[in-house]
Amino acid sequence: MRKAVIEFKNFSFKYRVQKLPSLSDINLTIYEGEKVLIVGPSGSGKSTLANCINGLVPFSYAGVTEGDLRIKDQNPAELGIFGLSKLVGTVLQDTDGQFVGLTVAEDIAFSLENDCMEQSEMLGRVAETAGIVELTQYMGHSPQALSGGQKQRVSLGGVLVDNVDILLFDEPLANLDPATGKYAMELIDRIHRDSKATILIVEHRLEDVLHCNVDRVIVMTEGRIVADTVPSELLSSDILKKTGIREPLYITSLKYAGCDISASIRPEHIDSIVLEDLKDKLVKWHENNIPELNEPQSSKLLELKNISFGYEKNRPVLTDINFDIYKGEMVGLVGQNGAGKSTLSKIICGFEKPSAGTISLNGKSLDTDSIAERAQKIGLVMQNPNHMLSKPMLFDEVALGLVTRGKSKEEIDGCVFDVLKICGLYEFRNWPISALSYGQKKRVTIASILVLKPEVIILDEPTAGQDFRHYTEFMEFLLKLNRERGTTILMITHDMHLLLEYTERSVVLAGGRVIADARPALVLTNDEIINKASLKRTSLYELAMRTGIKDSRAFVQHFIDYDRRIRSNGADVKL
Amino acid sequence: MARMLSYSDKGSVIHSLSGTTKLLYFLIWSLASMITYDTRLLLFMFVVSLVIFRVSKVDFEDIAFVLKLILVFLCINLIAIFIFSPEEGVKIYQSRTLIVHLFGNYNLTVQQLFYEMNVALKYFTIIPIALLFILTTNPSEFASALNKIGISYKISYAVAITLRYIPDMQRDYVTVSQAQQARGIDMSRKVSLLKRIKNVAAVLIPLFFSSMDRIETISNAMELRGFGKKNKRTWYAARKMKRLDFAVISALVILAVIAVIITFAGGSRFYNPFA
Amino acid sequence: MSNLNTGRRGLAIKTIVAIGIGAALVVAIYQVSIPVGFIPNTRLQFNAAVIAIIGAIFGPVAGLFTGLISHTLGDALFYGGVWWSWVIADAVYGLLVGLTFKKLKIYEGGFGSKQALIFNINQFLANAVAWILVAPVLDILIYAEPSDKVFAQGVTAFAVNGAVTLIVGTILAFAYSKIRVKNSSLEKEA
Repeated sequence: MRKAVIEFKNFSFKYRVQKLPSLSDINLTIYEGEKVLIVGPSGSGKSTLANCINGLVPFSYAGVTEGDLRIKDQNPAELGIFGLSKLVGTVLQDTDGQFVGLTVAEDIAFSLENDCMEQSEMLGRVAETAGIVELTQYMGHSPQALSGGQKQRVSLGGVLVDNVDILLFDEPLANLDPATGKYAMELIDRIHRDSKATILIVEHRLEDVLHCNVDRVIVMTEGRIVADTVPSELLSSDILKKTGIREPLYITSLKYAGCDISASIRPEHIDSIVLEDLKDKLVKWHENNIPELNEPQSSKLLELKNISFGYEKNRPVLTDINFDIYKGEMVGLVGQNGAGKSTLSKIICGFEKPSAGTISLNGKSLDTDSIAERAQKIGLVMQNPNHMLSKPMLFDEVALGLVTRGKSKEEIDGCVFDVLKICGLYEFRNWPISALSYGQKKRVTIASILVLKPEVIILDEPTAGQDFRHYTEFMEFLLKLNRERGTTILMITHDMHLLLEYTERSVVLAGGRVIADARPALVLTNDEIINKASLKRTSLYELAMRTGIKDSRAFVQHFIDYDRRIRSNGADVKL
Repeated sequence: MARMLSYSDKGSVIHSLSGTTKLLYFLIWSLASMITYDTRLLLFMFVVSLVIFRVSKVDFEDIAFVLKLILVFLCINLIAIFIFSPEEGVKIYQSRTLIVHLFGNYNLTVQQLFYEMNVALKYFTIIPIALLFILTTNPSEFASALNKIGISYKISYAVAITLRYIPDMQRDYVTVSQAQQARGIDMSRKVSLLKRIKNVAAVLIPLFFSSMDRIETISNAMELRGFGKKNKRTWYAARKMKRLDFAVISALVILAVIAVIITFAGGSRFYNPFA
Repeated sequence: MSNLNTGRRGLAIKTIVAIGIGAALVVAIYQVSIPVGFIPNTRLQFNAAVIAIIGAIFGPVAGLFTGLISHTLGDALFYGGVWWSWVIADAVYGLLVGLTFKKLKIYEGGFGSKQALIFNINQFLANAVAWILVAPVLDILIYAEPSDKVFAQGVTAFAVNGAVTLIVGTILAFAYSKIRVKNSSLEKEA
C-alpha cells in the first residue's frame, strides 16, 4: 500500500487579518513519490495550501487553523518551521529574494551552514548538488551575473542539498522565458525520477507544466478543492473552463473543430493524444476557415534607424536595430533574457542615449528631446507596478504627471476622471492604492501614463504574474485602448499566448540584433527563430504536423483568426 | 552610478591572508592611527602601509578615482581647521614661530603647519590599509571574519545581506528614478530646494516600499532554510588561518603595544619637536 | 508585527534582514545628494531619513546596526576610508531614533499627526545627541581636531539631517503607514 506523506483532514485556515477563511474543508492526501500539480486562479488558496505544508503558515503568517494536518505522520505545529524544513524544501517564486548568498556556492550551502556542518564536508556536498542542478561552472558567480533560470536552479540546489523528502515549487514558471521554463520542467522531472522525492508544483500555466508527466492535478478555487484527478480526466472535463484556467492550445483548437475530448484518447500531452478519430474534423475545420483579410497598412509612427548601443566600449548590447511601428498597431518585442529588449525600450524613452542611429516619431527626430518631453509622446509602463507608484492615493498617483507639468486644477480633474473611466478605475477614485489588487495597480500605472496622452505606450512584460482571468481582462482592456483610442502599443514579452492572441507582428531580438520581424504565426513555427530567441514551438504546430496538415503556419494563423473572432463575439471568454 | 571599490583576486600574498587577519589588521591599524599623534610613529606606519600596498599588486588605477576624492576632502578639512582655529598648533605645542602674517587675526605659524601635517599624515597612514582591506578581501569571507572576531553571526549575516543586495538596490534606484523622470519629475538643479527634496522622496517612496516587500520575502526564505536554528553557524566561504596569519596578527599586537607605549610615554599624544 | 524581536534565540530574522536591506538601501543612495546653494560644500544626503524610518519601524537595535553598517560600508566602498567618529554618531542616531518605535505604529497603519509629532521631536533630539554631542566629542578625542570646527560641523549636520528627516522621513512614514491600513470601510462610488 502507498504511504501517505501529506494528509489534510477537514482542514481550514483563516489569516488573522482577514475576515473569510483562505482554506475551507480541505481533504487531501499526497502519497510518497508522487508528482502533483496544484492549479487555481490567483486568490484560490493554492499558495496558502503550500505555505501550510512548509510551515510559513502559521509560523510566519499567523491565523486560525481547524481540522488536521500531518506531514510524514507528524504534527507540523510540533515540528516547528525548522523541523519542517528538514522534510519539505521550498523553491519560492521570487528567485532574487531566495538567493541570499553572495555567490552560487554559498547560497547552495546556506542551510548546511545553519546546521553547523563542517566546511570540509560542506564543500563536497555543495559541489555534488551544483552538479545535479547543472551549475558547476557557475559556483563563484554572483546573483547579478546569472539569468532568471539559473537563479531558480540555485534555489533548487539550496533545498536539494538538504536531502528533503518533499519538494515544493511555488509558481516555478512565473519569471522564465518559454524555453527556460520547458527546461526547468524537464529538470524537475529528472530530479523526481532520480531522487524519488515527492514533488508538489503550484502553477496556473497548465500546458507548460504538463510538458512533463504529472501523476495528479488538484484544482482549487475560492479556498476549496474542486477537483483531484489525473490530467487526462481533467482535460476532458469542463472544470478548467469553470475555474478560469487556460487549457492547452491544442485542446482549444480541437474543441473549436468540434471534436470530443475524452480521457481515453490521452489528451494530457500533444505527443500522447490519439488523433485518429479527430483528424478529419480538424482538417475540415482548417479548410473551412476563411482567412482574414490583412488590414490596410497605416502610416509609420515610430521609426528606429541603425540604433546601436553598449554600456561599455567594444561590448555592444544592441547592434544596428531597424524597425518601424505603424499607427494603431499592437506589436510584440520578444527575445531571451539579456537580448537587449529592456535596453531598447530605455533608449526609445530617452533614458539611455544610443551610440549610433536615430529614432523618429511621425517623421520628426526625437534625438534632442529630454526624458520628460519624450514622455508626452511615448509612455513606458514598467513590469513591476511597485516601481512606479509613489502616492498613497489613486487620484494623486494618476494626476502626478499633470501636476508636475503645472496644469490647472480643472484640467487635471477632467483629464484624470476621463482616464480613470477608460481604465475602469473611476469607482475607486477615492481609494488608497494599497486597497487595489495587483492587476488594478497595473492599470493605475497605465492610467498615470495615459493621462499624458502619449501616442505610443511601451509595456514591459504586461501580463507577468497574472492568472488567465486577469490576463484576459487586462489584455482585453489594452485591446480596447488600441481599437477605440487608437493608442499604438508595443509590448515586451515572453508570453507566447500574448503574442498569438494579441499582436499583429512580432519583432524578435537575439544577441542584440533584430532576427525576425513577422507575424507571430510565422515566428512561433520557425525552429531557427525559436531557438535563438529562447521561445517554444507552439503545440498548435505539433498538432498540425501530427494530423498531416501540411501548411502548419497557415493552420496556426487560422487558429488565431478564429480565436479572435470567437473572443470578439464574447462567446467564449466571460469577464 | 558612482564607481565603487570592489574586490578582485590578484593572487598576492595579501590576498591569500584570511579575512579575519585582514579585518583585525584594519581595525587595530585604525585604532593605532586614531590614538597616536606621534609624528615618528605615524611616519613609520605610513611607510609600512605603502610597502604593504606595493606587495598587494593592486594597480594604482583601481584606486586613482577614490584617491582624488580623498585628497579633495582632506584639503577642505585642512583649510577648515585653519579657518576655525589658526592657533591650534600653537596651543598644542606650547610655542609660536611666526612665518607670515596673513590678514586680520590669521597668522601662519610653523606649529600650525606641523599640526596640520600630522592631521594629513593620520589620513595617509590609514588610507592605504583601508583601501587594501576592501580591494583584497573577498566579500564572501567578510561575514565569517566578523563572526570569528566575536560579533554575533546574526549581525554578521546582516552585513552579508547588505553586500548581497547593494547592486540590486542601485539598479532599482536607477529604474525608479527614470520612471519618475518620465512623468515629469525634475531631478535637475532647475527647481527650488524644497521641491528637489520632495522629488527625491518621490523616488525613495517606491524604493522603500519594494525594500519592505523584500524584507518579507528574504525573511521567509531564510527561515525556511533554517537560519537562526542554532546558537552558531559555520561558513562555507571561511578561509582557514595559516601560519602567516598568526605571524601577521602577532606583529600587529606588538605594534599596537609599542604604539601605546610611545604615544603615552611623554604624557601627551603629541610628539613635540619644539619643546 | 508579531515576530519582531521575539525570535527563538536573540534577534528575530526579520530584524536581521531589515538591518541588511536597510543598510543596502542607504548605501545605494549614498551618493544621491543635493548641493545646498548658500552653504559651500554642504550637501543634503538622505541617509538619515532612511535610518530613521528603519529604526521607527523595526526598533532601536535595527536602527543602531543600520546606521553602523551603512556608514562604515558606504565610507569604505565610496571613499576608501572610514571616519569612525561619524560612524559611531550615525549608530547612536539609529539607536535613539528607534526608541519610540512602539508608539509610532507605522507597521500597524496607525501613524497619524500625533505620531508624526513624537517621531520628529525624537528624531531632532536624536540628531542633536548624535551630531552636536557624540560626533564632535569623538572628533576631538580621536582626531584631536579643533573644537570650534567640529562643533560648527556638528551643528550643520544636525540641522541638515533634522530637516531631511523631518521632510522625507515623515513622508515615508505616512506613506508606508497608509499602505498598511486594512481597508474594510471602502466602497465603490458610481
